[in-house]
Amino acid sequence: MSLDRETVRQTALLARIRLDEDRLERMVGELNGILAWIDQLNEVDTSSVAPLASVTGHALPTRADSVTDGNDAEAVLTNAPDRVGGYFAVPKVVE
Amino acid sequence: MSTLVSGSTGDWEVVVGLEVHAQVRSESKLFSGASTRFGAEPNSQVSLVDAGMPGMLPVINRECVRQAVRTGLGLGAKINRVSVFDRKNYFYPDLPQGYQISQYTRPIVGEGSLRITMPDGERVVGIERIHLEQDAGKSMHDQDPSRSLIDLNRSGVALMEIVSRPDLRSGAEAAACLRTLRTLLRFLGTCDGNMQEGSLRCDANVSVRRPGGELGTRCEIKNLNSIRFLQQAIEYEAIRQVEVLEDGGKIIQETRLFDADRGETRSMRSKEDAHDYRYFPDPDLLPLELSEDFIAGIAASLPELPETRRNRFVSQYGIGEAEADFLVTEPEIADFFEALADGRDPKLAANWLTTELFGALNRAGLPLSKSPVDAGTLGGLIDLVADGTISGRSAKDVFSEMFETGQAAETIVDARGLRQLSDGAAIAALVDAVLAEHGDKVAEYRSGKVKLLGFFVGQVMKQTRGTANPQLVNEILRERLAG
Amino acid sequence: MSDLLDLDIAGASEALDARRVSSVELTAAYLDAMEAAAGLNCFVTPTPERALEMAEASDRRRARGESGALEGIPVGIKDLFCTCSIPTSAASRILAGFVPTYESTVTANLWRNGAVLLGKLNMDEFAMGSANVNSCHGPVENPWHRTGDGAGDRLVPGGSSGGSAAAVAARIALGATGTDTGGSIRQPGSFCGIVGMKPSYGRCSRWGIIAFASSLDQAGPLTRTVRDSAMMLGAMAGHDPGDSTSADIPVPDFEAALTGDVRGLRIGVPREYRVDGMPDEIEELWTRGRDLLAQAGAELVEISLPHTRYALPAYYIIAPAEASSNLARYDGVRYGLRAGGDEPDDMYENTRGQGFGEEVVRRVLIGTYVLSQGYYDAYYLKAQRVRALIRNDFDEAFGGVDAILTPTAPSDAFAIGEHEDDPIRMYLNDVFTVPSSLAGLPAISVPAGLSVRGLPLGLQLIGRMFDEETVFRVAGVLEQAAGFAHRPSGGA
Repeated sequence: MSLDRETVRQTALLARIRLDEDRLERMVGELNGILAWIDQLNEVDTSSVAPLASVTGHALPTRADSVTDGNDAEAVLTNAPDRVGGYFAVPKVVE
Repeated sequence: MSTLVSGSTGDWEVVVGLEVHAQVRSESKLFSGASTRFGAEPNSQVSLVDAGMPGMLPVINRECVRQAVRTGLGLGAKINRVSVFDRKNYFYPDLPQGYQISQYTRPIVGEGSLRITMPDGERVVGIERIHLEQDAGKSMHDQDPSRSLIDLNRSGVALMEIVSRPDLRSGAEAAACLRTLRTLLRFLGTCDGNMQEGSLRCDANVSVRRPGGELGTRCEIKNLNSIRFLQQAIEYEAIRQVEVLEDGGKIIQETRLFDADRGETRSMRSKEDAHDYRYFPDPDLLPLELSEDFIAGIAASLPELPETRRNRFVSQYGIGEAEADFLVTEPEIADFFEALADGRDPKLAANWLTTELFGALNRAGLPLSKSPVDAGTLGGLIDLVADGTISGRSAKDVFSEMFETGQAAETIVDARGLRQLSDGAAIAALVDAVLAEHGDKVAEYRSGKVKLLGFFVGQVMKQTRGTANPQLVNEILRERLAG
Repeated sequence: MSDLLDLDIAGASEALDARRVSSVELTAAYLDAMEAAAGLNCFVTPTPERALEMAEASDRRRARGESGALEGIPVGIKDLFCTCSIPTSAASRILAGFVPTYESTVTANLWRNGAVLLGKLNMDEFAMGSANVNSCHGPVENPWHRTGDGAGDRLVPGGSSGGSAAAVAARIALGATGTDTGGSIRQPGSFCGIVGMKPSYGRCSRWGIIAFASSLDQAGPLTRTVRDSAMMLGAMAGHDPGDSTSADIPVPDFEAALTGDVRGLRIGVPREYRVDGMPDEIEELWTRGRDLLAQAGAELVEISLPHTRYALPAYYIIAPAEASSNLARYDGVRYGLRAGGDEPDDMYENTRGQGFGEEVVRRVLIGTYVLSQGYYDAYYLKAQRVRALIRNDFDEAFGGVDAILTPTAPSDAFAIGEHEDDPIRMYLNDVFTVPSSLAGLPAISVPAGLSVRGLPLGLQLIGRMFDEETVFRVAGVLEQAAGFAHRPSGGA
């Protein structure tokens, strides 16, 4: 599969990464190279193989339902680039 | 009863499916130990996990799992022994991780059903699935002129998304479905169903078609936060779609919002590029595996469900179906009723509860949980009427005072001297005195003016300040006058 | 002072135990050496004050008779581990100014075991890279130089834990933490002539480590010797209820596994690791490793891992896919860099466009693309199926062998700037390390010889899941037999 410029632009938009035209152009070339190389996977017959998402082999552990965290708004907010009182602030969302 | 919409070119059938987001009742969040309590200071119930801080990892709350299973069992649904948590990727300021942990291809609960009652009979609504997911935070757009403010207290709270099949055929049916579901969730104790606080939200997928024809293109109406709005939105949307189609237009598949002030739905700004959620299994979590024992344990602890309880009320207590329907709208009402009916005439108990107590609660704008009168206190009053201690007439006054003060019936009756005089000999003596005093009237009565009985009753009651048992007074008077 | 720096962790622990040296003295020596070797650009945030405080506290504990497994040992921490009150950058502009209010489980374990923090170490941005040239703090320089090279010819230390490997090799840290997703501990270990250990997936908690690819990331130690590696891993590892993928099994005494005896062990040699274009010297080194283990009494067995060549392309789907999602949280809202924008989407695009370096952008885009609608099955699911095949290959192989011996990397260290415009060439650095990463297996790189250019080369030993003990046991014997005693010309 090969990626055209527009697809790369769309992908960058989906990933919320601004690319100027130069960078975009470079990415088109590089991503195509990488995807072409990845395509060798198609040589492998995987029709009877289940995908492996986790190698641990154990079941999902669960925790008890008790309040053990929170209650420290300052720890949550201390690194915020912009805040208003106890809130994070971002450029206004245009609905 | 027809649910069809008649247009200028003929009838149209409305097809509705619901996606209900029910906040799971739990102390802490789905993947973190922060509290789920409503209404706290901004960002005070946020763990580093909920804030999407670097390197933070989710650990699942087993009570939330249990609640989802309980809900599934309440809907008679298939519980999936293995389910998978996926990431739904999108950017929004109140979504700190940049993805929502949800379940996509393998939800925890599979197919089930819900029976709803409409005026013309029952319908069975298919439930497609229930999955567990995280709630997002909250954005506020009107507190600052140039900025939106973000509170992450809700971020990470567990939600159950309950998805119905497109089996509903009107706004009224959708409303009944949501109402029935809310009641069920409350009986199960898995969601408090409070739509004002947002613990129950609903999206509706609405389309129209010619009766029995191919399904039409649907629109999704998002974030309906009351049952009334759900019904209104669907009714508006169905007519809108019919009009578009009859004008030769096409329905565009889109997300719409309900404007409650105007009573209409409107299109949200379409962001098609943002709709690639890139679901994939969350590598921070492993598949959730449930043992048969775990599921069986929950099944064994399931409470009596509203439908069963309603039927039992009708058969065991002999009360009417409409009254039974009302009594099972909330588990607290049903429990109150059963406590009140215990050892008493159930019909009388139902009547006192639904008419007097709910009348007073509604006037005072209180829910049953805040009622100043509990089942024991109200029961005390009913008992005093039943054993003749007070008259039915004084009972209403006692109830009014009881509702004001929360005092026991006996206390009020004694303080106000309302105890009924039921001593036959004492009443006979009073009657005799009254008859002796009004010899002329006795003669008139005996000559045929029987209407005077009322006058004699009035005299006796006056003497006793209304506490004489009126039945006894009547009986004795008739006896004496006849003699 | 240089005598002090020559001690390895085991030696330093002995000297501390015998009160021949205090942790403060040892730490001060390292702080001096760090300053002297600042040109290598290993440390991005040195923490001398914290180091001396911790060393003093350690000396007091020791005086009270309390002594942890790494008591008083000064170490460096890859800047991917969140450290409370100390800036943590993942070598990315996007985390500018970020100071965690929390401590990663692995570093907390180290401090509980008495270790002393020298500072935070340079790395490839978000652990993406094999040369430590992708860092907002600039490249790290390998203390090794090619024979005959001038002082201006600078080599990469490998990556992504390049700062960690270079610091340990240059003797400006006694040990260092690294993380390994596809080879990021082992390959720099090989390039810098030290021991790099990636334990089994789930052995060390990932809590508080900035995520690159969650199903692959593992923390591990970079040390001068196999014994140090065993000691340090023991102090890092352990079950953590805060990480759902952390293994709830006891941590064995890894040091006790160093019996020096491999007689009767069966060591597999996978024929598929003989890749096209592999330099002769790598082949020769591998042969030498086999001979040394055979001489020590192990039985060398040729094995087949048929899907080896598909590991790297599968990895370059899975890791970027997970990364594209893991890195979505860097949006300028709650921490780190925020660039301007009229509305949130604008702000995101500017922040992420300015905040992420080239390699990160490349991988986030690849990951976003392979997960996007219509491609998920063809790429992501396909890769996860291939991953299953690779795991199966290992499972079958381990039916007949106790450990597997391979080269660590297909080359020795290259020059800073080399391969930079050829991403795939760069990715091929991980050709031998990625398969065991995909399978979650423990693997170690042990320095085993020098290339013709006078640069270190490592051999890799791969073990069964959670059988780090056998890996250490064989590695100890290999280390002993190889007798690698060379020292880099740069550093302290």
